[in-house]
Amino acid sequence: MKKLLLASAATALVASAASAESHMSEVKFGILLGFTGPIESLTPMMADSAELALSEVNESGNFLEGVTLSAVRGDTTCVDASAATAAAEQLVSEGAIAIMGAACSGASTAVLANVAMPNGVPMISPSSTSPALSTVEDNDLFFRTAPSDARQGEVLAQVLMDKGVESVAVTYTNNDYGKGFSDAFAASYEGMGGSITANVPHEDDKGDYSAEVGSLASAGGDALVVLGYADSGGKGVIQSALDTGAFDTFVMGDGMYADSLVADLGSSMVGSYGTVPWSEGEGADAFAEITSAAGINGESSFTRESYDAMALLAMAAMAGGEATSEAIAANIMDVANAPGEKILPGELGKALEILADGGDVDYVGATGVELVGPGEAAGSYREYEITEDGYETVQFR
Amino acid sequence: MIDVLNAIVAFLNFVFIPAAAYGSQLALGALGVTLIYGILRFSNFAHGDTMSFGTMVVILFTWAFQSWGISLGPLPVALLALPLGIVITALMVLASDKVVYSYYRRVKAKPIVLVMASIGVMFVLNGVVRLIIGPSDQRFADGERFIINAREFKEWSGLAEGLALKTTQGITVVTAAIVVAILFWFLNRTRTGKSMRAYSDNEDLALLSGINPERVVMITWIIVAALATIAGTLYGLDKVFKPFTYFQLLLPIFAAAIVGGLGSPLGAIAGGFVIAFSEVMVTYAWKKVVTYLVPENLEPSGLLQLLSTDYKFAVSFAILVIVLLFRPTGLFRGKSV
Repeated sequence: MKKLLLASAATALVASAASAESHMSEVKFGILLGFTGPIESLTPMMADSAELALSEVNESGNFLEGVTLSAVRGDTTCVDASAATAAAEQLVSEGAIAIMGAACSGASTAVLANVAMPNGVPMISPSSTSPALSTVEDNDLFFRTAPSDARQGEVLAQVLMDKGVESVAVTYTNNDYGKGFSDAFAASYEGMGGSITANVPHEDDKGDYSAEVGSLASAGGDALVVLGYADSGGKGVIQSALDTGAFDTFVMGDGMYADSLVADLGSSMVGSYGTVPWSEGEGADAFAEITSAAGINGESSFTRESYDAMALLAMAAMAGGEATSEAIAANIMDVANAPGEKILPGELGKALEILADGGDVDYVGATGVELVGPGEAAGSYREYEITEDGYETVQFR
Repeated sequence: MIDVLNAIVAFLNFVFIPAAAYGSQLALGALGVTLIYGILRFSNFAHGDTMSFGTMVVILFTWAFQSWGISLGPLPVALLALPLGIVITALMVLASDKVVYSYYRRVKAKPIVLVMASIGVMFVLNGVVRLIIGPSDQRFADGERFIINAREFKEWSGLAEGLALKTTQGITVVTAAIVVAILFWFLNRTRTGKSMRAYSDNEDLALLSGINPERVVMITWIIVAALATIAGTLYGLDKVFKPFTYFQLLLPIFAAAIVGGLGSPLGAIAGGFVIAFSEVMVTYAWKKVVTYLVPENLEPSGLLQLLSTDYKFAVSFAILVIVLLFRPTGLFRGKSV
C-alpha cells in the first residue's frame, strides 16, 4: 500500500512537472569545461556538482516566478582555443545566458575574448588559476571561484617575511604552473624586501638533480623555496639538497603537499613549511553532505568551486530580479560578498527566498567564497609546518 | 687558509663527487655500448632499456630478500641480488639475440638494419619493464646512507662547508673500478677475451683461425648484460629507478662511447668521465668556490655559471659534435662512426 502510494505520488509529480514545463519558461546556463583532453578525468565530477546547484534551485521552487533552470554542456578540449571558442558560441546560440567555465586558463582566456565579451555573457571559471586572468580586459564579465596562483605567491612570500627569512633560493618546475607561480612569488617577495639569490628551473622526471642543487647551493640563501611536484622533480631536488647538505629548510608551494613526501624523506623534513589551498569548516562539510546524498563524487578537485560558481550565477540572477546576462554580471559580487546572510551549500532555497524579499546574502558556499580584486576568489590557504608527527597546521591565511 | 679548504670542500661536494659517481655509471654503460659496437658492429639503442630491465630484476629480488629479513649491514641488499639480476638479464638478451639479431647476422644485413632492429627491441623492453614494475619511481636502497655525512663533517672539521659522500657513491666508484679491472684482465689475458678482440679486429681472419663466431657473440652478450645490469643498478641505487630516466641516459652513454672512440673499452671509460665532468662543471655556478678564493672586495656578484642547468644535455651534444668534427675516431682511436 505504501509503495503504491509512493508510486502514484511520483507519477503525479512527473506529470505535473511535464505539464509545467510547457507553460513555464526555461533559462539555460552553459557548463563549459574540458570534457576531453588533459583534465577529462576531473571535469565530469565538476559538471555534476554544478548541475547539483541548479537542481537544488529548481527543487526549492523559489527562483523567479515560473522560471526553471537547465544546463547545457560544452567541451572546450582544454588545449585548443578555437575549439573552446566554437563550443562557447554554440552554448550562447542555444540561449545560455551565463557560462560556468571554462576550466583551463587558456580556454577561459579565449572564450572571454571571443565569445563572452562580444555577447555580454558573464562567465565564472571554477578552476582557471593563471595570474594573467587577473589583469586581462574583461568588461566585468569574468569571475572565478578559484584563487589565482599570484595570490599563493603573495601568501607564501608573507609567510617567509613573518618568519624573518629575508634571502632564499628558488627552484620551480619548468612549466606554466611553476613559472607563473615563481614569477608571482618573486615579485611579492622582492616587493616586501626579500632577496632571491637564484631562480633555477628544474625538469620533472630526471634521475639526478645534483647540478641544479649545486647552482642553488652556490647562490646560497636561508632556505630553498621549492615550487614543484611532490612526486616528481620537487622531491628529487629536496633529496639531493639534503644529501649534499646544501639546505636544511625547505619552503613549499601547493604542488609539494603530499603525505608521501614526508614519509619518504622522513625526519630531515622537520622544520620545513609551506602553503596549500584549503577549504574547511561548515561549508566544506555541508557540501560533502549534499554530494553524498545526491550520489556525486564531491571529493574530486574543483567540484566545490564548480558548485559555488553555478550557485553564484543563479543567485545573481535572482538578486537582479530577472534572468538576463546583464543582471547576473551586475550582481555576482554582491551575492558573493558581505554584507548579508551567510549561505552554505544546500541552503540555496533559503538564499533565493531572502533575495526575493529584498534581503542581502553573503554566499559562503563550499569554498568560503570571497571575491576580491577583479572578481576572483581570495582563496584560503593553510600554512603548515612539518613536525615529527607529519603536517601540522600553523594558521589559515 | 681556511678559505682555501672551504673552497676545496665545496668543489668536492658539489662537483667532484657527483661527477665521479655519474662518470662511473656512464663509463659502465658506455663499455656495454662499445663492446656491442666492436664485436657485433652496430649501435645498440636498446642498451638503456637493457639497463632498466636488469635493474628491475635486481629490484624485484632485493624486495624479496628484504621481505625475508636479509640484510648486508651498512651495504645495500641490492648487491646480493645483483648476480641473480645479471643471470636473468643475460638470458633475456640472449633470447633477444636469438629472436631478432641472429637472423640479421645470418643474412648479413647492413649495420643500420641492426640499429633499427635494436630500436624495436628498445620499445619492447620499455613496455615490458613498465608492465612489470610500473612507470613511477621505485626505491630499493637500504643500509647505511652516508659514508661521510655533511652535517657531521661540518662539526668535525669546523669548516663552513659540508662534505657528503653517500654510500652509494662510494660503492659506485669501487664497483666500477673492480668491474673494469676484471673486464680488462678478461679481454687481454684469457683465451676467450683474446678471441673476442681478434673477432673485433678482423672478422674474416678470426673465422679462418678457427674462432667460433656464435660463441664470441654469446659471450659478448653475457658480458654486456652484466655491465648493463651493474651500471643500471648503481645508477638506481645512487639516484632513483624510473624506467624513463634510463631511456634518457642513452644520449650521454652514446656520447661517452663516441667521444672515447667506439669499439675502444679504454675510450668508453675516459669518455664517461669526460662527459660527466663537463656536464657538471659547465653548468655549475662557481660563485661559492670563487668567493672563498679571491680577496674580499673582488667577490663576484653574478653566479659565474656558464650555462643554466637546463642545458645539461646540450653539453653532451656539443662535445659529441666537436669530437665528431675534429677527431671522428674519438679520443682513443676507435672505429670511425
